Amino acid sequence: MSLEVDIHHGQGAFTLNARFRSEGRLTALFGRSGAGKTTLVNAIGGLVRPDRGRIVVQGRVLLDTAKGIDVPVHRRRVGYVFQEGRLFPHLTVRQNLLFGRWFTPRRERAADVDGVVELLGIGHLLGRRPGTLSGGEKQRVAIGRALLADPRILLMDEPLASLDDTRKAEIYPYIERLRDEGRVPIVLVSHSVPEIARLATSVAVLAEGRVAACGPAAEILRHPELFPEPGPAEAGALVETRVLRHEEAFDLTILETGAGPLTVPRLDLPVGASLRVRIRARDVILALERPEGLSALNILSGTVTEVAAGEGPSLDVTLDCGGERLLARITRKSAEHLGVAPGRAVHAIVKSIAFDPQVVTRIPRGE
Amino acid sequence: MSAWLSPEEWSAVTLSLKVATAAMAGSLVPGIAVAMLLARGRFPGRQALDALVHLPLVLPPVVVGYLLLLIFGRRAPVGAFLAEHVGLVFSFRWTGAALACAVMGFPLLVRAVRLSIEAVDRRLEKAGETLGAHPAWVFFLVTLPLILPGILAGMVLSFAKAMGEFGATITFVSNIPGETQTLPTAIYALTQVPGGEAGALRLTLISVALSMAALWASEWLARRVRRRLAS
Repeated sequence: MSLEVDIHHGQGAFTLNARFRSEGRLTALFGRSGAGKTTLVNAIGGLVRPDRGRIVVQGRVLLDTAKGIDVPVHRRRVGYVFQEGRLFPHLTVRQNLLFGRWFTPRRERAADVDGVVELLGIGHLLGRRPGTLSGGEKQRVAIGRALLADPRILLMDEPLASLDDTRKAEIYPYIERLRDEGRVPIVLVSHSVPEIARLATSVAVLAEGRVAACGPAAEILRHPELFPEPGPAEAGALVETRVLRHEEAFDLTILETGAGPLTVPRLDLPVGASLRVRIRARDVILALERPEGLSALNILSGTVTEVAAGEGPSLDVTLDCGGERLLARITRKSAEHLGVAPGRAVHAIVKSIAFDPQVVTRIPRGE
Repeated sequence: MSAWLSPEEWSAVTLSLKVATAAMAGSLVPGIAVAMLLARGRFPGRQALDALVHLPLVLPPVVVGYLLLLIFGRRAPVGAFLAEHVGLVFSFRWTGAALACAVMGFPLLVRAVRLSIEAVDRRLEKAGETLGAHPAWVFFLVTLPLILPGILAGMVLSFAKAMGEFGATITFVSNIPGETQTLPTAIYALTQVPGGEAGALRLTLISVALSMAALWASEWLARRVRRRLAS
């Protein structure tokens, strides 16, 4: 599982100068529109030829302009899931799925057709044509089509951008299963922080054609300054947790964290399962005293480690709660009122209901 | 049918069908190739090729026929070469009528195919390549099926043009009953002799019926293809 990219590409006034290395099972390319995400993925796929550079996927050199290597698109063995699906309208779903297989050397045909069809839940669509499918169904077929070509890497360029939240939620589990099976490394282009928090094991942040940061997801997602878009609400912290127990009577699940127990809406996971929870900065309230008679169930004690100016009237306060980092976004007025400064002991209050299922993700095994 | 038509009229009908089919079939592959070149190619001389293809559309048909005579005639350079080495003779043969009809219908075929090529979503072709298909395979498995409606339309236009071609044919291969006398030239000949009106009218009706059948068949095929693509 490795991806090595070091490319330079000029496109009119825009210059992409990207260099990163990822060992992750699912590497998310994050950045605002125009940051060069799609150009970068197209360079890996061979749809864009960089002016100079080197791209290596799982030890196989796809591009090395210094040595004159530029593997043509059809020999790169990349599975590309496009934003718009790009299913062949004149072929049935089954023919679309098998298209890449016809061109895979026989000895390299490892993907199990029935398995992929089942994994993606598209068995009932096989005889239909793409024109009759819903957006979510199309994207699932597109993912299956890419997988059945036995790619060495799966490239996904905002595959869910055109879908509404319900459809997205329908596809996330399939991508998670792909990631956890770990047969093929995935590169996912996304500009949605919750999506990345849920799916990524590694993140490369692109800004103005350069890689601003790259590393394991949990580490990168802690830095709110890397995620200026799409707005203040997105900053947050990732907390590694384990399922401690379920409170069936109240439809709740208690998670164990370094900072103490966290109560969240009932999760469909076994006791002991590891997962990553994203707590948005705007959902965290700070208090100096441990509050009593409060409806919020989660009160975590910690100390302030950093106070950074946010946008407008807000401040981003970083807390250390028993080794876990939390982020709270409060107004400058409250900060002054409470005397929030590094070293100050505080209590962080998080509403249980604030845990959006989209930001709760199961951590892949072995990460 | 043969009781209704005189043997000469009957042979004009069958010859016309033969000539039109040959003209259409013979220009199909070159037509698609030229349409691809014009739609996708970036090479010097593209404008000149475009003009050359469209020339039969604007030149008087007689001029096209005369040019064919100058190039493919028995004693003309290309004609003599083909007759000697390939055994293909055009002048005053039905093959010459087919060549004249093919040349006259060529711009119509190319235009129809080219329009449909330009309408193809090239991103689909790129998707095909990422799936491991060599660009040539992508052409046959993705591009060609997608432009099929345009090809069908072009074939019908070429066929219909061949059924009605007069000027270039009569100039190039004359009007020999049984060899080069097609429907239009037969009708013309019948109108030139006393008592030929009835025969001319019969052939006119047949001509109208054949053209309408060709149009209807193409519409039916195109609808089927469109429905396949849409649903």
